[in-house]
Formats: sequence, structure tokens, C-alpha cells
Amino acid sequence: MRRFLIGAALFAAFAATPAYANLSVFACEPEWGALSTELGGDKVSVYTATTGAQDPHQIQARPSLIAKARTADVTVCEGAELEIGWLPMIIQQSNNSKIAPGQPGAFDATRYVHLLEQPTALDRAQGDIHAAGNPHIQTDPRMILTVSKALAQRFAQLDPGNAAYYQSRAADFEKRFSAAIAKWTAEAAPLKGTPIAVQHHAWIYMENWLGLREVVPLEPKPGVPPSSGYLAEVLQKLQAQPAKFVIRAAYEDDRPSEFISEKAGIPAIVLPFTVGGTDAAKDLFGLYDDTIRRLLGGLKK
Amino acid sequence: MIRESILAALVTASAGVPIGPASADETADLAAIHKQLNAMQHEYEAKIKSLETRLAKAERDAKAARSVAQAASKHQAVAAARPPAPEQIAQAAAPPAPADLSAASAPIPEQSPAPPPTPPTSQNAFNPGIAAVLNGFYLAASHDTKNPQMAGFALGDEAGLPPRGFSLGESEISFAANIDPQLAGFLDISFDDANNPNVEEAYITTKDLGSGFTVKAGRFLSGIGYINERHAHDWSFSDAPLPYRAFLGSQYGDDGIQVRWLAPTDIFLEFGAEAFRGDSYPAAGAAHNGVGTETAFVHTGDDINESSSWLAALSYLHSSADDRTTDDPLFSAVDHFTGNDDLGILSLVYKWAPGGNPTVRNLILSGEGFYGRERGIFDSVPISQTRNGFYVQGVYQFMPQWSAGIRYAQVNASGVSPLLAGTALDDFGHSPRAETALLEYDTSEFGRLRLQYTHDDAGLKSNDELLLQYTVIYGPHGAHRY
Repeated sequence: MRRFLIGAALFAAFAATPAYANLSVFACEPEWGALSTELGGDKVSVYTATTGAQDPHQIQARPSLIAKARTADVTVCEGAELEIGWLPMIIQQSNNSKIAPGQPGAFDATRYVHLLEQPTALDRAQGDIHAAGNPHIQTDPRMILTVSKALAQRFAQLDPGNAAYYQSRAADFEKRFSAAIAKWTAEAAPLKGTPIAVQHHAWIYMENWLGLREVVPLEPKPGVPPSSGYLAEVLQKLQAQPAKFVIRAAYEDDRPSEFISEKAGIPAIVLPFTVGGTDAAKDLFGLYDDTIRRLLGGLKK
Repeated sequence: MIRESILAALVTASAGVPIGPASADETADLAAIHKQLNAMQHEYEAKIKSLETRLAKAERDAKAARSVAQAASKHQAVAAARPPAPEQIAQAAAPPAPADLSAASAPIPEQSPAPPPTPPTSQNAFNPGIAAVLNGFYLAASHDTKNPQMAGFALGDEAGLPPRGFSLGESEISFAANIDPQLAGFLDISFDDANNPNVEEAYITTKDLGSGFTVKAGRFLSGIGYINERHAHDWSFSDAPLPYRAFLGSQYGDDGIQVRWLAPTDIFLEFGAEAFRGDSYPAAGAAHNGVGTETAFVHTGDDINESSSWLAALSYLHSSADDRTTDDPLFSAVDHFTGNDDLGILSLVYKWAPGGNPTVRNLILSGEGFYGRERGIFDSVPISQTRNGFYVQGVYQFMPQWSAGIRYAQVNASGVSPLLAGTALDDFGHSPRAETALLEYDTSEFGRLRLQYTHDDAGLKSNDELLLQYTVIYGPHGAHRY
């Protein structure tokens, strides 16, 4: 038994010498995986732990994630407790102190922006609330821009040899992305003031950016699936305050929003929410291209 | 380096900007000033960047670099400290950065310069993080469950089920915290239904040994098998499956030390070894000068595709019993055993969730096989008894908050000397088995209600058990294992 173990350990040690790029990035969500690739180019190898089809609040702490975290130099995550249900277990089991909370190898995007909806009282009776504020910052591309500067600095700090490379890529990204934001903002002008219903209360930053007006969420409390009784209440509210359309993220259960769509006679719009959420959202540019296109489509219906 | 010193200078300088109880106008002014500072910061960062590059290209003369940095920071500090004139504010309101793009919407606060990082949220806001688990049962059963029987096995104390009627299951309080950069601590105290507190776990772990190693020391649940390391409230069913009850007294926890090493491989591959005092079933009496139990285990696992993943484990436990006493339910007697117990466990877990998203529907299939031998002296009679067992179970969440599960479990013990006929080790030609069905409703990830039915054929009289259970967790409770 003991000999077998030693043998297996040696085998594993030798098998594990892949050619690494300079920085091994463990991105919790696809938007940060995409941003890491934009800034890091071929100097980083990016592993994205979740897909646009997954609810980032609820991920199983799968063995594959632990194995990837073991060799990571830096985690790039939303933070603000979005990943509290799974990431701490991954990090603990990964035995990798580089990415432990508070280390330079733990990058939380939400630390570099001002979070909205910081709760005044923390009570789980209020549902799945995040103590630091609403973490879904990637629904506003301006947040991505803010975070990109901090992330490029972090990459430079962790990999000083390529600091100039990261900074120049960051400058290039900033230029292209700023131009794209200007384009999206202009395209989205007709959306300003549009009343909408949302399935999960995850769009506050996008609403802020585009001037959308959230009439009602389909969840009675954040993270609590709606009962039919609550949906009836939502319908009543929508009669008094009609919404143009109801939006949900690609990963979300389609039933609540389809139900409301049918009963209230308003379109249900699926938004990518993150990179990979829809086929068109291939990267950060595609993400907002597609988001704006789908929102504008909702106005026409 | 240079940029940092300049940033420091900037921060110092901006701290000099008077900030008092501000009216709406002043707030706007302040915001504008902040914006201007932000713009200046960007400008200087860009300038410095180019300087840096140029310097690097040149001789990298450290002296020259320092003097430039000093000059730059002085310049900037002066500029930043100067109260901006109104026209400057107007200009600054449209910095080169994308702030002007927000024209379509109300300005949002993240546009302010160097936003104060929100305080990092740790696993908990308190030190230590205190969490409580509450557990309650109602059991209806055709026979009493007080003295559980499993034909052919001498059972440990904790192999039983809750008593009939209402009972408070184990309530737990846990305290978890980082002690310092090197160590973390965990303490879990449980109260059984007779109000006795038990130190379930109390251990320290290393945090930064590096190279994928961790060491754990104290009292803890062994890493063998699949469910052994999990607390009972984290199991998929209300009770441990038969082989865990028969071979390990529900689960093996003891005082000792554990070393784990995670291989730096693409697939998950973890090795672990433990040494324990040897004071809990199947060990007893802290044999071998208080190192009565040794274990070794390998865990491996990976994704099959986006929707499915697996975990496999192979575990070995060797324990010594020095006058282990167990109750004999038939004769109301006490049995004594001195000897060795060897046990191997093969564990397989498969999880499926459409697109990797378990929130709406998901399936967890798991099974473990046990094979072991007890050799020694049982009630003065030499024995060498091979035992085996397994369970398979599936739990399917068919809609949010609702899941259903089934489990089948069986154990077998080889025959023993006629001298032991009628004792706990006599299986009377019967293979203990149990079939269980479960319906679960989760009020949230922190609350759960269960209805579980078991046809328990472990003893000589079969028992039908209907169990209602609630489990709630509150306080900062760590994420759960796979």
C-alpha cells in the first residue's frame, strides 16, 4: 500500500509538468476570464471555472475546479460574496496559499468599484443578499473598464517581467473598449426610461447605465424562486405599472419569465449576462453588442 | 515603484482637499474635483509610463529614474493641492476617460477617482465565525430503534437511529477562524439528545505549507470514504447507510494527525494519510501507545463534460482494538474484542446537472463498497471474520427546492465459530439490508425538511421507519464539499 502511494505520488509529480504561460489565471466567471485574456494575451493561461449557462451563486465544488485552483497563480473573481457558496471550499481544498483571501493572488473585481445596494441590515429573512452590495457589476461595461486597470496592475505586480506588456495591452483594451461603450451607449439611447421587469435582481448596474427603470423583480426575495402566488402579485403590479418587457439571464430557469410574458403580454428577453451566455456573446465586445441588440429588439415587439 | 510613490503623493495631496458637511452644490463640486484628480492621475500615469519605458530602454540608471520620479511627484503634488478654479472644474467634468459616455444615464458613483476599495468580505465578519446547526426528528417505527441490531456485527455506540417519537437530533455549534497566516482552527461541539456536549471536531490546519501539502491535527473526521468526512447534516439522507453504521459506527472521527497532498495535475488527484489515537469504533483502547489507527486514501475526480463530473476514492483503514466493548442486544450482555480491523473502501460519485447548472435540476449518484476483516479474540474465542457491504443511492432534484432519493444498502459477515452462536457476530444466515426512500424540500440552502421511509431489514426483525426531519444552519457556514 505504502509503496503504491509513493509510486503514484512520484508519477503524479512527473506527469504534472505542462508548459505553463507566465501567469496561470483561475477566472471564476467568464467575463473575468475574457478580461484576463484581453489584458494578458499569450503571457497568461486562463482557466474559466464557470460558463454562461451556470448560476455563479451556485456552483458545485467539483474536483476539476480544485485541481485547476491548485496550480493557479491568481484567481480573478467577482467577489462581494457572490462565490461564497463554492469558492472558499475550492481554495481550501486546493492547498494553494497563493490564492488565499487577502493574498495578491486573490483578485476580487468588486473591490475596485463602488457597489450599489449595500444592505443596511443583514438578515437571511431578506433572501440571498450580499453583505458588500450587489455584486453583478459586469452588466455595466464601464465597470469592466474600471476593473481592467486594476487587473492589469495586479498582473504586473504578480509578473513584473511582463509589466510593460500588460500595461500596453490594458491601454489598447481601454481605447477599443471606451469606443465600444460610446457606441453602445448611443445605440441604447431609445431604451432610456423604459420600464422593465427582471427575473433576478441582478441588473441594477445595467439599469443605471442605460437608464432602464425596474418595475418589479420576479423573485419575492433575491435568490428565492417565485411561487405562483407571488407571480400573481407581480401580474397585478404589472397591470398598475406596465413594463415593456421582462428580462432574465441565460442561465436562469425560463419558467417564471415565460409565465409573466404570456400572462402580461410582454416579450421575455434572454440576455447573455456574461460572456458565453448566448452564442453571439463570444467575448466582452460581443457580450454588450448582443445585450443592446436584444434589449432594442424588446422595444420593437 | 515610481507610480506607487506618485499615487501616494496624490493620495496625500487629495487628502488636503477640504471635505466637510456638504450641501448638494458642494457635493457636485467635490465630485467634479474628484473627477479632475482622476483625470490628472490618468494623465500622469500615462506620462510616467512612457518615462518608465524610455528609462528602461536607456541605461536604466537608477539615479536618473529616482530624480525623475521625485520631480514628477513634486510637480503632481503641487498641481493636485492647488484648489481648482471653476473653469477647470468644467473642463475636468469631461475627462478623457470614458466618464463622458455616461451621459445617457445618471452619473454613478464608481466614476469617482480611485474608488475606495470596498472592505474585503471574509468568510465571516466576525472572528471567529460561529455557526449553528439545528436538527429535529419525528420517528414512527414498527419496532423500537433503541438497540439497533445488525446480524453478524457487533455495533459501536453511535450506529443507531433516533428514538421513536419526537427528538432533538444532534445540534451543533462550530467556531472557525484563521489563527494567523500559518494556521486555521475549527471547533465543533455537538449536543446529543441527552444534553451531553461532545467535542465532535477540534483541529488546527496549516494554511501555507506550499507544494500542495496541508497538515491537520487534533480531533477530526477521517478523510476515508466519501461521506465520512462530512458532518451528518451534510449527508444526502437522514442517517448513515448500513455499511457506515456497521463498519465505522456511522463515521470515524478520532484524535490524530492528517497529511494531505494535492498533485499539481490537470485532473484532481489527492493523497492522504492519517494516524489516530485509536479510541473510537472500530478501534478501542488507544492501542500501540496511543497510535491505534492508521489510514491512507486517494481521491481522484474530473469532469466528463459540461454537465457531468465524478469523484472516486480508495481508502484503507487499519485499526487496533484493545478490549473493545459492544452491547449485545439479544442477551443484553457486553462483548469484548481485542484484535485488529482492516477495512478497504471504494467510493464512486457521479453528479449531473444540465449545463453544469444545478439550481433547477440535478442528479447525484453515489455508491461505496466496503471490504474488511476482523481478527482477534472475541469473548475469549479467536475469530477471523471477513465482512463486506455496499450501498448505492441516487438523489434527484426535480425542481427548485424539491428532491427525491432512493438508497439500497447491504452488509454481510462471514460465519463464526459455533462457540459464538447466538452472539452479535452470529448472522443467523441473514444478510442485513435496508431500502430507503426520501423526499426533501429545501426552504433555502440553509433550511431543509425531509421525509424519509426505510424498510430496515438489518436485524432479525424487520422494521419500518418513517422519519421526519428538519435541519437548519445559521451563522457563517462554510461552503460544502463536492
